[in-house]
Formats: sequence, C-alpha cells, structure tokens
Amino acid sequence: MTTTPAHSDPARSDPESSGGASTERLTFWEEATRWTLSVDHKKLGLMYIAAGLVFFLIGGVEAAFMRLQLMKADAGIIDPETFNQLFTMHGTTMVFLVGMPILLGFGNYLIPLMVGARDMAFPRLNAFGFWLFIFGGILLYFSYIGSQGLYGAPSAPDVGWFAYAPLTSRTFSRGNSTDYWILGILVSGFGSMTTAINFIATILCMRCPGMKLMRMPMIAWMMLVVAGLVLVAIPVLTAAQAMLLLDRSLGAHFFDPETQGSAVLWQHLFWFFGHPEVYILILPAFGFVSEILPVFSRKAIFGYSLMVAATVGIGFIALGVWAHHMFVIGMGPVLDSFFAAATFLISVPTGIKIFNWIGTMWGGRLRFATPMLFVTGFIAMFVIGGLTGIMLATVPMDWQLSDSYFVVGHFHYVLFGGTVFGIFGAIFYWFPKATGRMLDDKLGKWTFWLLFIGFTLTFMPMHVSGVLGMPRRVYTYEADRGFELWNMISTIGVPVQMAGILVFLWNVVRSLRKGEIAGNDPWDAWTLEWATTSPPPEWNFDRVPTVTSARPLWDLKNPEDPDAHYE
Amino acid sequence: MRTMSNEASVVMSATTTMPSRAKVGMASLIFMESAFFAAFLVTYLYYIGKSPDGPQPLDCLELGPVLFNSACLIASSVTVVFAVKSLARGAVGAFRLWMVVTILLGLEFLVGTGIEWRGLIEGKGLTLQSNAFGTTYYALVGFHAFHVAIGLLMLFGMLLLSLCGCINPKRDHMRVDIATWYWHFVDVVWIFVFTLVYIIGKVPQGGSL
Ligand SMILES: [Cu+2]
Repeated sequence: MTTTPAHSDPARSDPESSGGASTERLTFWEEATRWTLSVDHKKLGLMYIAAGLVFFLIGGVEAAFMRLQLMKADAGIIDPETFNQLFTMHGTTMVFLVGMPILLGFGNYLIPLMVGARDMAFPRLNAFGFWLFIFGGILLYFSYIGSQGLYGAPSAPDVGWFAYAPLTSRTFSRGNSTDYWILGILVSGFGSMTTAINFIATILCMRCPGMKLMRMPMIAWMMLVVAGLVLVAIPVLTAAQAMLLLDRSLGAHFFDPETQGSAVLWQHLFWFFGHPEVYILILPAFGFVSEILPVFSRKAIFGYSLMVAATVGIGFIALGVWAHHMFVIGMGPVLDSFFAAATFLISVPTGIKIFNWIGTMWGGRLRFATPMLFVTGFIAMFVIGGLTGIMLATVPMDWQLSDSYFVVGHFHYVLFGGTVFGIFGAIFYWFPKATGRMLDDKLGKWTFWLLFIGFTLTFMPMHVSGVLGMPRRVYTYEADRGFELWNMISTIGVPVQMAGILVFLWNVVRSLRKGEIAGNDPWDAWTLEWATTSPPPEWNFDRVPTVTSARPLWDLKNPEDPDAHYE
Repeated sequence: MRTMSNEASVVMSATTTMPSRAKVGMASLIFMESAFFAAFLVTYLYYIGKSPDGPQPLDCLELGPVLFNSACLIASSVTVVFAVKSLARGAVGAFRLWMVVTILLGLEFLVGTGIEWRGLIEGKGLTLQSNAFGTTYYALVGFHAFHVAIGLLMLFGMLLLSLCGCINPKRDHMRVDIATWYWHFVDVVWIFVFTLVYIIGKVPQGGSL
C-alpha cells in the first residue's frame, strides 16, 4: 500500500483544511460557490446526505402532526383535507427526497473511495443528477405556495404517495397539486437514473488495480444491484407518470375508467416500480451493515460469496413480486398464488443475509460503539419487519390486513427500523472520514436508545390497531372502536424520537467544531477509504492503491498473515 | 509502509481488460430506455381491442406509407455503420457524407410520421382524446418519434463537430461508434412498435388478445 500512512501527516488530518487541498480561509460565499460548482463525488455525496436530512426533518414534522391528530378519538386538530396532504407529502418526501438521496449520497461518497478510484465515471453527469434531485424536491414543496387550484382545490398533493387512479384524474383532483406531484417526482427520478448509470460505470470500469469484482466491498455490490434496479424500475414510473400527465393535461384515457381507461393498470405500473423501490431503499442499508458489522466484530464478513449471490438474487426476484401490493383488487387465484410464492421466495436470500450477519458476529470480539448499536438494532427490527412482510404475503391474511395500520407498522419496521437505522449507523461510522472529527459516542448512544424506544413505542402498537381493524389514511376514528390506547402509545413515541433527533443534530454541530480528531482510520477498519486522509483530498489517493484481497488494509496491517494467502 | 509495486505491475495488466466507461454508460442508458418503452408497449398491448367507440386500428392504419418510413429508418441504421467504418479508416469525407445520408433518412422518418398523423387527425378523426386506441397509439409512436429526434440531434452534433474539425478519427472513432449505438437502439424499438401497432394491433373490433 502506498497511500499516506496513518497519523503521519498532521496537516492533512487537520479538518480545517478543505479537502486537504488548501489551508487558506474562504469567505462564506467563496465556500458556497465552491460547493455549488463542484463535481467532486465527495462534495456531491455530502450535499445529497445533507439535503436528504433536511427533507427528513420536514417529513418528520408532517408525521408528527398526523400523530397529534390521531392521538385520541375525534380530535379536531387537523381537518381531513390537510390530513390527506400530510400523509401524501410525508410518504413522497420520505421515499423520494429522504431515502433515495441519502442512500445515493452515501454511494456517491463511498463507491470511488472504496473501489480505489479518483472520482465517479462521469463527474459532471453526477452533479447534474444532484441538482435535478434538488430541483424536483423544491418543485414538490413549491406546490404549497405555487399551486393555484379552483375553489376548494388543495394546494399540496393529496392523492397518497402511490397516487391511485382515478383519484388523480381531473374529475377528482382539481387544480394542479397532482401535477406538482408528477413533475417533482419525474424530475428527481431523472436525477436518480443518471446517478445509477454513474454507479454502474464506476463500479464496472474504475476499480483500482487488483480490485476484482469478488474483492469489492459488499457495499459496492449492493450499490451495483441497486443501480440495476433503478435502471429497470424508475423508467417504468416515469412512463406511468408521463401517461398520467397526458391524461391530466391533454385529455388522454390511460387511467380513467369512465372512458375505457384502467385504474388497475396504474397500480401494476406503479408497483412494478414500487416494490423494487423498497429494495432500492433497503439494499444500501444492507451494505452499511455488511461493512460496519465485521469491523466491530473484528472478523471478516461470513460467507462473502454467498452474500454476493443473495444480493444479486434479491435484485432479480424483486422484479417479480410487485402485485403482492394488489391482492385486494381481485386478481384471481392464479396470479395471487404466483405473487405470494414469489414473495415467499425472496425471503430466502434475505434470510441468508441475516444468517451471514449473525455468523459474522458469532464468536467475534464485539464492540458496541454507536455505529454497531445502530447496525445491531437494524438486524433486530428488520427481522420483525420481514416477518410481518411474510404475513402480508399470505393472501388471506392480506385480505384481512391490507390498508390497515398493520401495513403501516410493517413497512415502518422495514424502512425506519431498517433503512433509517442503517443510515444513522453509516453516518456515525463514516462521519470521521468525511469531516476528520469523531461524533460523540455518548451522545450517539443517547440518540440510539431514544430512537429505538421512541420507534418501538410508535410503531409496535400499530400492528395491534391494524389487527383491530383501524384503516390507514383516516384522519380520525370513533371512540368505541378500541383504537384509542394504541394510538395514544404511538403518539407518545413521537417526542421520544424527536429528542433522539435533536441530540443527533446537537452532536453533529458540536462535533464539527470540537469533536475528537479522528485520524485516518479511527475504527481500525479494512476497506480502502480508511487508507487515505480524513477528510480525503480531492483526488482521493495520492497514489492509486493496488489491492490483493478483499481486505486491503488488513493485509497492510498484518503483512505476516495477509488475506491474499487464503484466496 | 510496504509498497506493492512489484505486484502492481502484474495486476496492472489485468485491469486493462476493464470495460470502457463510455460503453457501459451508453449500455446502461439504452437498458433504461428499454424499460421505459417496455411500459408503453405493454400498455398498448393491454388496450388492444378495448375501444368500443371511435376510430379503430383496422380503419385507420395503412401499411403503405409506414413501410416506406420504416425502410428509411432501418436503412439509416446501415448508413450510420458505413459512417463509423469510414471514420475508423480515417476517411473523414466519407464519414460526413454517410452522416448526412443518415440524418436525411432519419428526417424522412419524422416527416413521414408527421404526414401520417395529419392524415389520421384530419382524415380519420383520430386524436389522443378519441379512445384508448388513440391515446395509446399517439403516446407510443409519439415517444418513439421523440427519441428519434434526440438521436438525430446527437448525429447532427457529431456532424457539426466533424465539420469544425473537432473529431479526430484516430482518437474519437470509438466514441462516435458508441454514440451511434443509441441510433441503432431507436431503430430496434421501432421494429417492436411497428410489429405491435401495425401488425398485431390491427385486430377487428371486439377481438382482444
Ligand atoms: Cu412489495
């Protein structure tokens, strides 16, 4: 290894120097200009993550208002129209403006560093994709002020994040709030697609010498599969949205049942995108777990090649399960059985991953620093979310539970307990690399436990209220249904989660100014990003590294027993 | 720290086999566009024979003109190969000539589609709003024509670059080759669209697949 050795170059480790390139002080505007015009994958990655966190706060506030309204029966805090807008914007924001950009942001930041490249394959395309995402996000939220409807028409989209037809037709959705929904997602979708092309080209073409495919960090594999899913799924959503736009703007009849259009077709097209989207949101988090878990267990990942196979397998099966979201529309026994079976099948490669992670921890020297806590929490909660997913894939159970709060509980276990916990683990793990300073571990543990307890309080009772029959997307309920206790507990969890987020924000602000200096490799890790300085210079590596195994830094630190001997 | 330069020379040679990012990027773009068109093709298929009222495919779509347009588009896929081959030989003049021929053929396809559409709108009264057939027909053929236009812009851009002397045959012929993949893709999509719309889709009213 020929990169700068750890701690030997104090000037480089100084987080004040921007990107290790220069030490001169920049004014705020010079700094802002530099970030805006940047095509550096690291700056773009950090901007993705920062923008995603801002939208996360907005989406969280929307959820908090909904929980406030549902706290007790017949609460009159929020009117039904506003409630519809809240759950639409919450869902749309969390999927398209939080999950995707933060995960793509991590991919942007990490892929070149981890495969030993100096930048992405197409840096300018990368910047283009980022600004498209920002523009799409602003367009969606601009509907609150820019959308001028007819009398009584809503200002923000209110058709749910999946925008079922015919609710989206001109007849039922007047004004132009739905057009804002279409265009905002369309534009940010173009951003995701350019990013996916970049990921694939970078991973396949820009690896450093010796970085064979089967030596890549797990996260690179996960991102490769995610990029493939984006390339198949997002264009189908784009096509469906183009059709919807034609319906609304030019009087076409794609989805209008009154004029031979089919509302079911929209569901098929949407969920053909929508289910792979779930894996787009979870696979990068699987990648975080697969990187963090070995380092804090002091063991190489268990069953690397099986893990790769499982990831690719998930990628393929994920394309054939979409109609499990549609059991209640009456597809008939053949299609129902097919999609139920395909969904059961996908739990096999997912189960393989869980076992591999447990195998990695088994017999390891576990160290529960904050990243490890989040990752362990991830595994526990993802298993719960996965099991309720199998329940929902069982057709008769789905007929009972579909569109109830049970479903809300299920996918929040997957996307919050899974994806968001993975993201927090990743932030705590890679923050030192990106900034040169550690996040405070004690505050981090506060964040974890507050989020964990708040999360469980909010989402565990939803399974119960769902089984009791509480439907999704209702703005209120009557007192005698037995929902009150469970909804009260759900709402009590909200301030606990908010406290966790506040502690996290305080941690970031404090650590940026006076966090402990991280050095190049604070976790004693094994992947390439820890070989360069923290933060890395703009060119990533002074000399492009050469690797001989899947754990290049292990080989470097243990020249007497390199991994290469066992390959 | 230990250097690995001795091993580096060995492994270096292995990395030269990594695919070119331009090829992978273009292939990904084409893959993505295929998914986009697949959605429209499936939608068209789904709505075949589901238009009880209004103009019907059997009465509206004539094979004659569209066969000529299709022949032009397919021929343009051949001429663009000649253009790339000429550039690889260093024959810049021949390259420009074949590019002009390709662009003219592509333009003919667009103009031909325009004429066909005018006939449909004015003669048969078929519009996007008529029925499911009109909706899916104009959307599918229209989005394809839109992609032909994008492809034409790319070809035209390369012709301009060549005219201003910015294309160096030795250095750039691979890039030009990769850019023309898109044109071939647009061509292949048309074969699918043509088969679906003008052959499979012309079932009598009431019949469905
Ligand atoms: Cu699904």
